[in-house]
Amino acid sequence: MSAVEDYVARIEETCGEEKGVIVTLKYDKKDEALAKIRNKAQLKKSLSGIIFEFVFRGISFRVFSSGKAIFKGINKEALHDILAALLL
Amino acid sequence: MYENAREKIAKFINAKDATEIIFVRNTTEAINLVAYSWGLRNLKKGDEVLVSLMEHHSNIVPWELTSKINGFTIKYTKVNNDGTLNYEDFESKFSSKTKIACLSHVSNVSGVINDVKRIAKVAHEHGALMLVDGAQSVPHMPVDVRDLNVDFLAFSGHKMLGPTGIGALYGKKTLLEKMEPFQGGGEMIKEVSYNQKTGRCGIDWNDTPWKFEAGTPNICGSVALMEAIKYLENIDMDEVLKHEKMLTEYAVKTMQRCCTKLVLYGTSDPSLKCGIMPFGIVGLSSHDVALFLDNYGIMIRSGFHCAQPLHQVFKLQSSARASFYIYNTREEIDRFIEVLKEIEQV
Repeated sequence: MSAVEDYVARIEETCGEEKGVIVTLKYDKKDEALAKIRNKAQLKKSLSGIIFEFVFRGISFRVFSSGKAIFKGINKEALHDILAALLL
Repeated sequence: MYENAREKIAKFINAKDATEIIFVRNTTEAINLVAYSWGLRNLKKGDEVLVSLMEHHSNIVPWELTSKINGFTIKYTKVNNDGTLNYEDFESKFSSKTKIACLSHVSNVSGVINDVKRIAKVAHEHGALMLVDGAQSVPHMPVDVRDLNVDFLAFSGHKMLGPTGIGALYGKKTLLEKMEPFQGGGEMIKEVSYNQKTGRCGIDWNDTPWKFEAGTPNICGSVALMEAIKYLENIDMDEVLKHEKMLTEYAVKTMQRCCTKLVLYGTSDPSLKCGIMPFGIVGLSSHDVALFLDNYGIMIRSGFHCAQPLHQVFKLQSSARASFYIYNTREEIDRFIEVLKEIEQV
């Protein structure tokens, strides 16, 4: 099982012109996944322990403590590579 | 029980007869049924169909699809900047070529309630039919098809405390009787007989409404919808609407007072709308807002809400949408606004 399959429950594209992708982490593994993301990506901003804004390989994204993340301006294929690197 | 459910639905919307109710999967299927069963046989090149720009894609795409087959014209009618229907534009587009007008009773984006009775009257004066998307009205307010004098009304069970996969299409019996079936199969026929001479099967359709219900129906869904209607009737639909309007008024006033970066889209006049509130927070996408609220167990919807043309009218890329129903309280709105204030700090 790849790191993405191991940690990610669902990936879905948002509707709207501002195309984005929402990643839902597996509930029982979200804390482990969030820790991996914190270790690898650069934290730009956080709010009340709820939202964390990261940058990784030039891509900025927001992670929510509920275990959901939103990536903008990226297609699903490129996202898969980013997630694989973040969650390895 | 299946037929009891049909009767209950007929009474709920004050249809003349239970045979005016066709069970479908949802509003989308109901509108497709009309577009394909009635539209394909009654619309031709030169004919016109009026559709408002505030429609859910379910009341746009079936007409676009059938227009590609038959070549009729779709005329889209304007929506004002506050999300209300531009009645003058709608009414001015009627002509002798107009065969059907399609309009939502309540916008699923703005919550604006449309005067479908007024449009139905104009439609009939021009010899056109009136189809109403009641997905957002039937669950939230009293709807009387005879008072509105609409020809078709479509709605879904899952928006009115019922399960997914069940909905209904109301159609005037005189129209339904003239229409051909939408899908073929079991239940919708009286007889299928093989003719040895022609090598073909002769088919007699079942009576209305069963000729529109091919295959084994969703019996569980229809019975569950009947129970949902009984529950709503016990509350009283006038009370449902009153409660939603109270919540909307309270939410609008509190949001306007407490939130500084929040923008309400469309009219916020509670007398013009149901409990649906589209909004945005300056500097944040609707999806960020939805994910933030999700963190607190508050569910809203973000995106186009399957109504992209209306977002073009509003000049928006997407919107966040809060919606209220009978189970929501003022305390929940207070909590919702507290979280919105936190989001504004992002």
